[in-house]
Amino acid sequence: MQQIFNFILKNSNKILFLLLLGTSLTLTIQSHSFHRSKIISSANFLSGGVYEKVNNLNEYLNLKTQNDELALENAKLKSILFNKKDTATAKALDSLKGVKLDDIIVSKVIHNSYNVYENYLTLNSGERDGVKPDMGVINSLGIVGIIENTSTNYSTVISILNKRTQINAKIKKSDHFGSLNWNGKSTGFVQLTDLPRLALIKIGDTIVTGGQSVIFPENINIGTIAKIYRDTQTNFYTLDIKLFNDMTNLGHVYILKSKNRQEVINLEKREKDE
Amino acid sequence: MNSTLLVNIFRFVLLLALQIIIFNNMNFLGYISPFPYILFIILYPVNGNKSALIASSFLLGIIMDLFSNSGGTHATACLVLAYFRPSIFKFAFGLSYEYQTIKLNDVITPQRFSFILLSVVIHHFTLFLLEAFQLTYILDTLITTLLSTVFTIIICIIIIYLIKPNKR
Repeated sequence: MQQIFNFILKNSNKILFLLLLGTSLTLTIQSHSFHRSKIISSANFLSGGVYEKVNNLNEYLNLKTQNDELALENAKLKSILFNKKDTATAKALDSLKGVKLDDIIVSKVIHNSYNVYENYLTLNSGERDGVKPDMGVINSLGIVGIIENTSTNYSTVISILNKRTQINAKIKKSDHFGSLNWNGKSTGFVQLTDLPRLALIKIGDTIVTGGQSVIFPENINIGTIAKIYRDTQTNFYTLDIKLFNDMTNLGHVYILKSKNRQEVINLEKREKDE
Repeated sequence: MNSTLLVNIFRFVLLLALQIIIFNNMNFLGYISPFPYILFIILYPVNGNKSALIASSFLLGIIMDLFSNSGGTHATACLVLAYFRPSIFKFAFGLSYEYQTIKLNDVITPQRFSFILLSVVIHHFTLFLLEAFQLTYILDTLITTLLSTVFTIIICIIIIYLIKPNKR
């Protein structure tokens, strides 16, 4: 017994180090697996509160760009309103029928990261405003990410600039779909993989969200094709997509509530069970 | 002894606040950011309590993780640095470092510089390795480590010169 105590006393530093190392490595590994640890996230009272204060200051510096974006959006909405006879815009409106005004929560990005492989945003609305995990987040230019964790007043968003993101996306004009992910290289580009070689594509084509996603409604803008890679081994394309959004400069965003989501998931689950 | 404790607590809070509010938003060229908050571990008294250093480094890292959504990467990197600090001391200052009265926040000599350099490299390499978490990104990790190390060291030296006690 005496010897055990002596051993512990002698190696107390080493034991403390190994104990804490085990804890932190567990947290690290958990954060890289799909089911993330819910403990260490910036959607909590302390970090959310600090980020909100800091963001209040930063907002003044971005007022000009935010105004420009709002003005652009206004102009676009007005052009839709005044040109209702145009068949092209009428179709676009029709396909966005899933999104109504009361399905949208307007929120603000209070913290944004884009310089690591797994990037997250923090928003200043949470469970109190009706935000739940797995809701889609977009802004006027295109998609931003998916809600990951929520607290009473804040929520974190897994950005499209994250190695673990996978979003169903398609070519606007032909409905061929693939999956959208990020290779961690540049903040302006994401990759569309598993697109069949049958699809007729050229540089500059628009990519939008696909109909298979239960998180995003169909036809939300993502970006344009910037580069095409042909894989000689398989029958698939890999594309570089230039994002419409500047992910390094985000202000107001919209959170989408999807009413049919639970229904679709339940249905698919029932089919799997049978 | 009591005043050293107070100075260290003050340093802990101040460096964390500076890191979160200012340095986390500095993204030079989009992906290089400095981490001068590890000055807390570097400037910790040479003959101070080692268990306290290890525990407080863990706390420092876990708070950083809380703010940057990074799981436990900062905590692990800080722990590794705190644990290997005595070995880096031995390497940089020679074997009998504990009997000398080393003050780190003073004019930069080659010995002090090599100590800071080694500490920053060890911390950053652990951090970026765990952040990428894949060996296929090893080249990217090394480049980011190198560039961020340069950035961090410049800012660390500026901070050391700023808080240097003006006795002379």
